[in-house]
Amino acid sequence: MIQFSNYDIISNLLYATQWTILLSIAAFIGGTSVALLLTAARLTRNNVVQKCVHFYVELFQGTPLLMQMFLCFFGLSMLGYEISAWGAAILSLTLFTSAFLVEIWRGCIDTLPKGQWEASRCLGLSFLQTLRHIILPQAIRVAVAPTVGFSVQVIKGTALASIIGFVELTKVGTMLNNATFEPFKVFALVALIYFVLCYPLSLYSKYLEKKFHVSR
Amino acid sequence: MSLVNLHQVHKYYGDHHVLKGIDLDINAGEVISIIGKSGSGKSTLLRCINGLEEYQQGGITLDGNEVTTEDIQVRRLALSVGMIFQNFNLFPHMTVGENIMLAPTIVLKKSKAEAADIAKAMLEKVGLAEKFDSYPEKLSGGQQQRVAIARALAMSPKVLLCDEITSALDPELVGEVLKVLEQLAKEGMTLILVTHEMNFARDVGSRVVFMHKGKVWEQGDSKTLLSDPQTDELKQFIGAVL
Repeated sequence: MIQFSNYDIISNLLYATQWTILLSIAAFIGGTSVALLLTAARLTRNNVVQKCVHFYVELFQGTPLLMQMFLCFFGLSMLGYEISAWGAAILSLTLFTSAFLVEIWRGCIDTLPKGQWEASRCLGLSFLQTLRHIILPQAIRVAVAPTVGFSVQVIKGTALASIIGFVELTKVGTMLNNATFEPFKVFALVALIYFVLCYPLSLYSKYLEKKFHVSR
Repeated sequence: MSLVNLHQVHKYYGDHHVLKGIDLDINAGEVISIIGKSGSGKSTLLRCINGLEEYQQGGITLDGNEVTTEDIQVRRLALSVGMIFQNFNLFPHMTVGENIMLAPTIVLKKSKAEAADIAKAMLEKVGLAEKFDSYPEKLSGGQQQRVAIARALAMSPKVLLCDEITSALDPELVGEVLKVLEQLAKEGMTLILVTHEMNFARDVGSRVVFMHKGKVWEQGDSKTLLSDPQTDELKQFIGAVL
């Protein structure tokens, strides 16, 4: 039987961390892109479009991420679409992330006083000009902190991808545990690595919040 | 022909009948003070004139053009109507100069340099030439409101609508804003003000419109009307505010 030294455990976990980071980044990029599109759609003030976005948000916020992953992974293959664990993980995390970001950003846009829209209108700016010059520059400042804060949820969410067989930090953690029978040590290390990934983001988010709060 | 004409304008918020058949004719160069209790429909009336609020019956024309809330129509209106708000509504992420230059550059398609010249001239006019590069938050309320006036003036409007523009100011800052308005009035700018400043209405205004229960209850030359009100409602109102 192979013996795992502490060094082996740690180096394996760190290797797997790369995949966790990669998956997080991919999901975050996918999520922000989709959320941008949905936010733009929502701002068109078209009733039907708004209802669709609302439904999308409710659907993905109202169901467990794990079920979404199962549906993407097993569901899509049942329908005849071959999808890798990696693909299913990215797809479901993108859907999940975008549903939350759309809501977060909606809040940011809605916190701007109605007077900003009215003043722009009275100066003759079109809807798009108002959005571009007045609303977005202000909303983005407000949105950065909660968006960075939410990225922590995305990182933690990637752990679920282990269940559909994607080999990332949590999955390697379970594998190492099976080999070493040292759950406390292995999972404490896994948790520690997640913490090291997430804590700086939380701090950064708090820092941003303070910074933008003061300058407004 | 009158510059602004309202004919039998009715406005409802749901079941609430806010404006009940407003007729009003305003000529170029007039300074109209709209007074009345809160809830009498003064601000709503003002906001109908530049298309911020929809009205359900009647007609409003501005310089011969019909006023509607259609986006494109409102934008055309913006070229002849300026609006100043109670809460200034400056753009907080832009400097004073940028606030004023924005509409001339992107709506009137003027060059940056041209817009900057306009902005400087307008700031000069409201006595804030040195604040070009300041951010709004660094200014007092009175200064912010003067910047808002400069911003509206930069579009060279024919009419300036002022919606209780001194109501959010500390008492000692009201004077500086009124002084700017007085200057504009002297230069012949058409002003329509919703205001509680009775002294200003009497001394600077040409006509006072007293609104009550969604109607123009009484109107007339400002000095005559305020010293010799005809209706009990206006008498009561003047008694209450003075």
